[in-house]
Amino acid sequence: MTTQSAGAAATAGGTAVTETRGTTRVSPGLTERARKAKARLTSPWASAIAVIIAVLWTIPTVGLLVTSFRPELDIRRSGWWTVFGDAFAGEPVFSMRNYETALFESSTDLISFFVNSFVITLPAVVIPITIALLAAYGFAWIDFRGRDILFVAVFALQIIPIQITLIPLLRTYVQGGINGSYWTIWLSHSIFALPLAIFLLHNFMKDIPRSLVEAARVDGAGHVKIFFQVVMPLLTPAIAAFGIFQFLWVWNDLLVALVMGSPDTFPLTVRVAEMAGSRGGDWHVLSSGAFISMVVPLIVFLSLQRYFVRGLLAGSVKG
Amino acid sequence: MDWFIDAGDDPAHKFLLMLVAIALFVVVMGLILFLVDRPRNAPRWLVSLGFVGPALAMLAFGLLYPGLDTIKNSFYNRNGSEFIGLDNYATAFTESQFLIVLGNTALWVLVAPITATFLGLVYAVVVDKSRFEKFAKALVFLPMAISMVGASIIWKFVYEFKPAQGTVQQTGLLNQVIVWFGGEPIQFLLQRPLNNFLLMVVLIWIQTGFAMTLLSASIRAIPDDIVEAARLDGLSGFGMFWRITIPSIRPALVVVLTTIAMTTLKSFDIVRTMTAGRFNTSIVANEFYEQSFRQNNTGLGAALAVLLFVIVIPVIVYNVRQMRLAEEVR
Repeated sequence: MTTQSAGAAATAGGTAVTETRGTTRVSPGLTERARKAKARLTSPWASAIAVIIAVLWTIPTVGLLVTSFRPELDIRRSGWWTVFGDAFAGEPVFSMRNYETALFESSTDLISFFVNSFVITLPAVVIPITIALLAAYGFAWIDFRGRDILFVAVFALQIIPIQITLIPLLRTYVQGGINGSYWTIWLSHSIFALPLAIFLLHNFMKDIPRSLVEAARVDGAGHVKIFFQVVMPLLTPAIAAFGIFQFLWVWNDLLVALVMGSPDTFPLTVRVAEMAGSRGGDWHVLSSGAFISMVVPLIVFLSLQRYFVRGLLAGSVKG
Repeated sequence: MDWFIDAGDDPAHKFLLMLVAIALFVVVMGLILFLVDRPRNAPRWLVSLGFVGPALAMLAFGLLYPGLDTIKNSFYNRNGSEFIGLDNYATAFTESQFLIVLGNTALWVLVAPITATFLGLVYAVVVDKSRFEKFAKALVFLPMAISMVGASIIWKFVYEFKPAQGTVQQTGLLNQVIVWFGGEPIQFLLQRPLNNFLLMVVLIWIQTGFAMTLLSASIRAIPDDIVEAARLDGLSGFGMFWRITIPSIRPALVVVLTTIAMTTLKSFDIVRTMTAGRFNTSIVANEFYEQSFRQNNTGLGAALAVLLFVIVIPVIVYNVRQMRLAEEVR
């Protein structure tokens, strides 16, 4: 629902490039000097605020990251910040031991939950994107009766909190005899993603020039052919943008996996959250476990950040 | 048949099942499209059904029907056997335990979005056009990739408490800072109402990056001539920010505030991981889970879910109305 205005911001964002133009118009030297003077006046405060926020945002993560590499006994005895002094003194302060314990020891066994996260995520990203692409195409380029009303209805479904659907859905799965399997998790994630996905992809679809689609139709291409040969290649950035949203959403999800899953299908988030409750003091496995659950989304996020920002500006995040 | 449903704990089986699921999906979708495309001059309703049908069927099955069913369930007792009218809602609005939950939720929705938006705005303004802009933004943006569970653990460690006796050293940073300043360590997560705010910090920490990104883009979108005209009129620094920047990005501010407010309403993961709702920190999203799946009180759980839905509506109506206004002005 945040799409229109955010999208407007994105289109207007193009003007940022020409920002300096205004300055040159009004006697360049003077304004430039005035601006510099102003910058000098405000910048110490601005820099101080920037540095404070940046540090506050970084320190907690650094603390847990450093901790995850410290021996268990050290973690219990002293704060992670003492590490830097000890390291200077030449003491051995780091080891990979916690990660070995968290991943492979039978009491934690995060490696098998890692597998679950992966097995859950891939279909739960591919399926909704495909179905949403088809539906978005239908809503954008096929003229059928009741189209506008249906599209508004799909748009409106975005406001349904998933909590409201969980119990009846679970009951249906139990009746179907598939409860606690991957199928229910894949299906649930796919359904929950659809309203936003259809809405977002529809907006991108609408931006494709009408003449392009018309030309293909004149050449005798059916809708299926147009979809695959004309529309899909043009939508790659949009697909990438939504793909990252959905990936982060599914991989980081706790509620759906907890409600729909079973111990055999629980992903990392469920296990790590459980450890925070049952082994709250065991910071050596908790810290390494947290980072094991974070490493994949962080890699995806950092390498595809450009698309993520674009998607964010075009349609905000899933609520 | 069992092979398809239960993969047990065998990784190879799991991966195979995943591939089978994807292959099955591709085959089914391929078949639908093939059938729709096959007949020469296929009727339009058939083609549109092929494209839009799967999505509509899934939405009806997974959102519409369960939603209506939950609304119905909220008028029934704990196992759904007896119609009890509005009793579940009465419970939620009168018993002190649930009043605390509602109060906490209101506190979250008021404090977290405003704080995150404010910090995001301030940060966007101060790092704008600075030399390290990209890096500085990445630092604040990064928590968006981290799950609420992961973020909760990161912060739980900051709040860690060790009783002060003998030579025991604090391992949580916040308590260590207090000790450095000569104070006594505090069991943060047990102190109400402080603990509620400490849980909110986690959400604010995650959402500030979102606010910063959207607001930064809309600040850049302010037309140069407006800024220049204001400059010629003698505005600068804070005056410029207050008179020009804020009014210009008003629509984006509304979007950011409402989006974060909706995320806030559903931040079940944070409460679950940090305190599991103990020490009077529960919010509606967590209490829904607690009642539905721990206490097996389906009726009350349903009522809480409906409540969540009802709280979301005004937020969205406000959002849509603001958007309309903004479009009219344009």
